[in-house]
Parts: sequence; C-alpha cells; structure tokens
Amino acid sequence: MIELTTTRANELVDPLLHVWGWEIPVYLFLGGWVAGIMILSGWFLLTDRSRSVRCSCYLMPSVAIGLLSLGMGALFLDLEHKLYVWRLYTTFEATSPMSWGSWILLLVYPALVFTVLLRVPAPVAERFPALDRLSERLLSRPRWLWVAGGANIALGILLGIYTGILLSALGARPLWNSSVLGPLFLASGLSTAAAFGHMVSREVEEREILARVDNFLLGGELALFGLLLVGLATSGEVAQAAARLVLGGPYTAVFWVLVIGLGIVLPLVVQSLAVRHVIRHTVVAPLLVMAGGVALRFVIVAAGQASQWPVL
Amino acid sequence: MARFAMAIDTTRCVGCMDCVVACKTENDVPEGLCRDWIVQEARGAFPDLRLEIRSERCNHCDHPPCVHCCPTGASHVESFGSLVEIDPKLCIGCKACLAACPYDARTIHPDGYADKCTFCIHRLKEGLEPACVAVCPTHCMHFGDLDDPASEVSRLVAARRNHSLIPEAGTGPRIFFLT
Repeated sequence: MIELTTTRANELVDPLLHVWGWEIPVYLFLGGWVAGIMILSGWFLLTDRSRSVRCSCYLMPSVAIGLLSLGMGALFLDLEHKLYVWRLYTTFEATSPMSWGSWILLLVYPALVFTVLLRVPAPVAERFPALDRLSERLLSRPRWLWVAGGANIALGILLGIYTGILLSALGARPLWNSSVLGPLFLASGLSTAAAFGHMVSREVEEREILARVDNFLLGGELALFGLLLVGLATSGEVAQAAARLVLGGPYTAVFWVLVIGLGIVLPLVVQSLAVRHVIRHTVVAPLLVMAGGVALRFVIVAAGQASQWPVL
Repeated sequence: MARFAMAIDTTRCVGCMDCVVACKTENDVPEGLCRDWIVQEARGAFPDLRLEIRSERCNHCDHPPCVHCCPTGASHVESFGSLVEIDPKLCIGCKACLAACPYDARTIHPDGYADKCTFCIHRLKEGLEPACVAVCPTHCMHFGDLDDPASEVSRLVAARRNHSLIPEAGTGPRIFFLT
C-alpha cells in the first residue's frame, strides 16, 4: 500500500493538470483543418488539376485564412499573459514546438493569400478589378502555380504535424508522448479538409475525388490510432497507464463512440457506399468526419492532461 | 558557474510547514498558491509501515523540459547557479511549461505569468540561504553547489542513501531526499 498526502492545491495543476480548456483543442482542430486545405490545394495545383477542382484549389484556401485567424484567436484567448503575445516574435527557440508553430503560422498566411490571388473569387474581382488583372498575370505563368503548390504542401505538412508535436513533445504527459501523434493529427487535418471540400464543392468530379481521398485518410487514421494504442499498451508501466485512460478508463466511451465510431468508422462506411454509387453523396458523412476531428482534439487534450508520471 | 542543489533529510523532516510559510512570506506568494509543499508518503502494510515526509518544490532540473518547451525564452537556466528561472516580462502565459513539468511544480501567477520556486535567488546573490532552508527548525534542509565536492550538499549526497523524484523522466532533478 502506498498512500500520498500533499498540502499542495495549486490552481490548474491539482488534483490533476487542467491547464488547457476548449481553446487549445479548437486551435489544434482549426490548425489541422487549414493544414489539410493547404496540402490538398497544393497537390491539385502541382498535378495541374486546378481547372476541375477549383473549390479545393482556390476557394478553400480563402476560407482557410478565416479559419486560421479563428484558431489563432482561440490560442490568444488561452494565453494568461495576453499583452505579451508579441514576445513570440522576438525570438526563435529551436527546442520549442510552440516557437516553431508561431513562425510557421506567420509563413502560412502569405502562402494562403498568394494562392487566393491566383484566382480571386468573383465578387472580390468585380469590386477590385486590379486583383483580377493580377490573377490573370499570375496564371499566365505556370511557374507561380508550382510555387504556390509547393509552398502549400510544405507549409501544410509542417503545420499539420506541428499540431501533434506540440503535445507529443511534452514527455511529462505519457499519453501525448508518442511520435505517432504528429502524423495522426496531420491525417485527421487532411481528412477534415477533404470532408469539407466534399461537403461544399458543387463539382461532381471534385466531390467524388475528395470522398475517395477522405476514405483513404480515414483508413490511415484508424491504422495510426492502432499504432498509437499498441505502442502505449506494450510500453512501460507509465505508458500502459496512459493507454488505460481510453482502454477501460474514464475516456473510453467518448473516445470509442465519438472519435472512432461516429468520427471515423461510420463516415467511412457511408462514404464507401457513396463512392460505389450505392447511396447518394450527402453532407452526413463529411459532417461526422469534421465533428470527429473536433472530438479527437478534445479527447486527446483532456485525457493527456489526466496522464502523468507517478510521483513515488 | 555553480550548480546549486538541495538535500533534504527525510529522517529529520517533521512536516511542520515552516518552509512553506517562509517561502510564501519571503516571495509574497499569492493566496491559494504555493511554491513549495509537504508530501507525506506512507508505504507498506500494518504493522510494517514506513512514513517519508518530504518538502517538495521545483527540482531545478539539469535537463529542464519546461525550459526546452518555452516559446519565448522566458523559462531559462540562469548563469549564477544554473537555476531554472522565469522572466515574467517574456512569459506569455501559454502554460506549456506547466504541462511539461512532470512534478507539476509550476503554477500561473494571478498577474498571468508562470511562477515557481526560484531557490530564493535574490537571497543567494546576497550570500544567504533560501528562506525555506534558513527557517527549518530541524535543520533537515541543506543547500549548496553540487559541482563543489567539498560542499555540504555534495558530501551528503555522496555519503547518504538518497533518492530524487521521477529520475526515470530523464530531467535530472537536483533535489535529493536523504533516507
């Protein structure tokens, strides 16, 4: 028998760590979503499919600018020393994922704006003809498509993986301390972006492509979840205790029902039937995928804070 | 550069909390928060029970994860005694350092910045001991330079059986509990 009694009762760390509420999961979700949009947009630009998948190439990046701003707004709300936020940009700390992230986010904005400028949305072009002329000049040189595509893919991968590494670099929280978390969050962000495109695109061909891409990503997510849990469950006692949080512990129901069941398996089945033309494409599967992405961040952030090294 | 450390004799500590009160007074620690605290650990089964009383605080680790994850350099290892310190003017209150610390030794000051034990560096620079060490009525706390083999801390750690907290986390904690 081991019994610990402590006089410490500090806010945010006792009885269990609870430093991050809704803001960080929302920030991670929106960041992953933007990363996914950038990678899909970049891929279609590089493979010269921008004419058939215009929504993914040009419309979604314009939405991404807003999503990224919302995400950074959520991050700002989480800060306890808000007026000092500018300190992020007075230094670069190579060992800090958050420092990497803040600089990556600074590069993401110009890449997205440049992509949007390649084909300015019609209402904006009507109001600002100069922007329309700029689009025409940029599109007349294929080199700019390659630049935008390459930048979007590179920055999208960095941003997507960063949202996972931000947590996985924190060795004090065994549930997060897995190298699988970066690729998992990247796959989830890509899946969210594909689902979003599937939902909003008016082009049948684009929706079909995005649904197939999303199915592949959902399968990948399941595989990565398997690797994450197997890795934790077959590691040392601390990691095993972390795995038990979602394998019989307090986060089991929300994890398996919301994240795996409703967020991955059900939409995977529905979309698989849709791409085989057994049923029609609807917004149900994409909405479930996106809700699953939100649930994933909330569950992982909350459960990770409940996992700790035993101080004995 | 010195590498300050603390050795706490758990066979002498009675858990009186003088160290906690001294710290709060010396450092004007806000109400409801503490930079050091008392842990009582009972092990075994009756009648073979063993009690260890520990005065715990930031371990001023050799490999501090709180410093590595800080995005602004607010958490840093200072040059006077290799202590892990926080510059409130650089801290944005992102709380990554709180999540990175396996000892949960940090908290957020009501003014918004991360806060923790400083080993009373302001007193050290005046040649004084940390407040908690100075007031301990059982003289169970010893403070000194771990890199100086002649220091009391080095001699105690070398001579006495001791343990640190969660050494398997790889942080290199510099508080040693003598048993």
